[in-house]
Amino acid sequence: MALTRDSIVAALTELRDNPDLAFRVLIDLTAVDYAHGKRTPRFDLVYALLSRRHVARIRLTVAIDEGDEWAPTVVGVFPCADWLEREVFDLMGIRFEGHPNLKRIQLPEDYDGHPLRKEFPLRGGHRQVRRPEDPEPVFGHRFRVR
Amino acid sequence: MSPAMSEEIGTVAAERETMVLHMGPQHPSTHGVLHILLTLDGETVVDAEPEVGFLHSGMEKLFESKLYYQGTTITDRMDYLSPMTNNLAYCLSVEALLGVEVPKRAQYVRVLLSELSRINSHLVWLGTHALDMGAMSLLFYCFRDREMILEAFDSVAGQRMNPSYMTPGGLWTDTNDDEFLPKVRSFLDVLPSKLADYHRLLTKNPIWRSRLKGVGILSAEQCERWAVTGPALRAAGVEYDVRKKEPYSSYEDFDFDVPVRDGCDCYDRYLNRMDEMAESVRICRQVVSNLPSGRWITEDRRVALPPRDILHRDMHALIHHFWIIYNGYRPPPGQAYVPIESPKGEIGFFIVSDGSNKPLRVRVRPPSLIHMQALPEAVRGGLVADVVACIGSLDPVLGEVDR
Repeated sequence: MALTRDSIVAALTELRDNPDLAFRVLIDLTAVDYAHGKRTPRFDLVYALLSRRHVARIRLTVAIDEGDEWAPTVVGVFPCADWLEREVFDLMGIRFEGHPNLKRIQLPEDYDGHPLRKEFPLRGGHRQVRRPEDPEPVFGHRFRVR
Repeated sequence: MSPAMSEEIGTVAAERETMVLHMGPQHPSTHGVLHILLTLDGETVVDAEPEVGFLHSGMEKLFESKLYYQGTTITDRMDYLSPMTNNLAYCLSVEALLGVEVPKRAQYVRVLLSELSRINSHLVWLGTHALDMGAMSLLFYCFRDREMILEAFDSVAGQRMNPSYMTPGGLWTDTNDDEFLPKVRSFLDVLPSKLADYHRLLTKNPIWRSRLKGVGILSAEQCERWAVTGPALRAAGVEYDVRKKEPYSSYEDFDFDVPVRDGCDCYDRYLNRMDEMAESVRICRQVVSNLPSGRWITEDRRVALPPRDILHRDMHALIHHFWIIYNGYRPPPGQAYVPIESPKGEIGFFIVSDGSNKPLRVRVRPPSLIHMQALPEAVRGGLVADVVACIGSLDPVLGEVDR
């Protein structure tokens, strides 16, 4: 189900509080990067909810444009979104307005780049391990498996 | 004591400062590389802030550079204590994308392997949890029992810990029933008496009870807010097990109960997992006695490799085999998320396909990460020793937390 960015918080609140819907559990919050020119809003923010009462699931998608990568936080609706949003920020670079603690979760605080983005090289590019005396990175250069 | 002196002591106590203590990341009781910043007032936990990411190895990005059938090898390494359930979750999502049907035999074997994985994971949980609490010998007993499961995995998949035995469409190869089933049967005969021994050692043990009863309370409402699933949720009185409510892979054919208790504490989580092991034995017995014969992988030739015995004489089979192994298959564009009940909680793989032979995005919904988020709720107000008990009872696996 597709949503617009402004309606996320209201929609999630309604889904959670309406007793006929009762989607009270935020199962997952993640993002998809459609770069490689496949689609124009580059990112999709995906919210997966579960209704235990009705044994039903729903998936909501918000399209986010490149260059405009932010979304309102849903921590007020589902506290468990805290770390999930941090992970999306960390790995995809989408900021969440109003998040109480938006810092990186998986990677070190001072890491540069957002690895799950498509342009981020699989082996990390210039971040690869190298000793001072190596002109080239230790892994992935001469021993690359094609 | 003079009134002036007691007043002085009272003032000092009121001005006591809190202390910040690092627990981990290198720590024998954090079940991996988990770092917790504890804010303590004496020995009472005022706040706990877990820090994760020490085991992060970019698994979700790795999926994007692998063909669909190669992805199962990555799934093993996530929740490495119950690799078969990870395989199953991934394969179910890919099969949903592909629209292929898995034959009954493969579904039954998948159930068997998932339940053996569940027992595997719970045995490690029990051993390490007891070890953290000080009951060291249980670790050795549980790992000894686990040997039998690992040998069964070895005989069926060739590997003990990272089997990658399931593949989208079914199983990678047929189980050798003459070798595999006797191992499973002998294990199933042995385990119930071992579980009874562990109950005798722990369940009514006053030290065990005093360390776990009333510790780490996560009420049903807290579980809902923090999306806690699995045995911890069922210890809070919520009867939700994905195997029963949203059955997958023929679980509806089997007769089993789901343990639910309402103490919300570590002790009830312990009892839940012990009962789950007994129920898994029950399911495994039913599978072993009703295992149908038939194909181990789907009939769909776009996904299933040709039979090996004709490869050396049939050119088309050779090309077909080569094509699938080298190029993979292309699911139609779409998204799929099929949740399953892993020993840790609900796990599922949200896979987005763009029609090419590699996934566009694979997202693992990691129960262990989400439970770690709920950890501060469970330990606030308790003692430092209770933090160890809570971590053990929430049973995180850092491979899944960090991926």
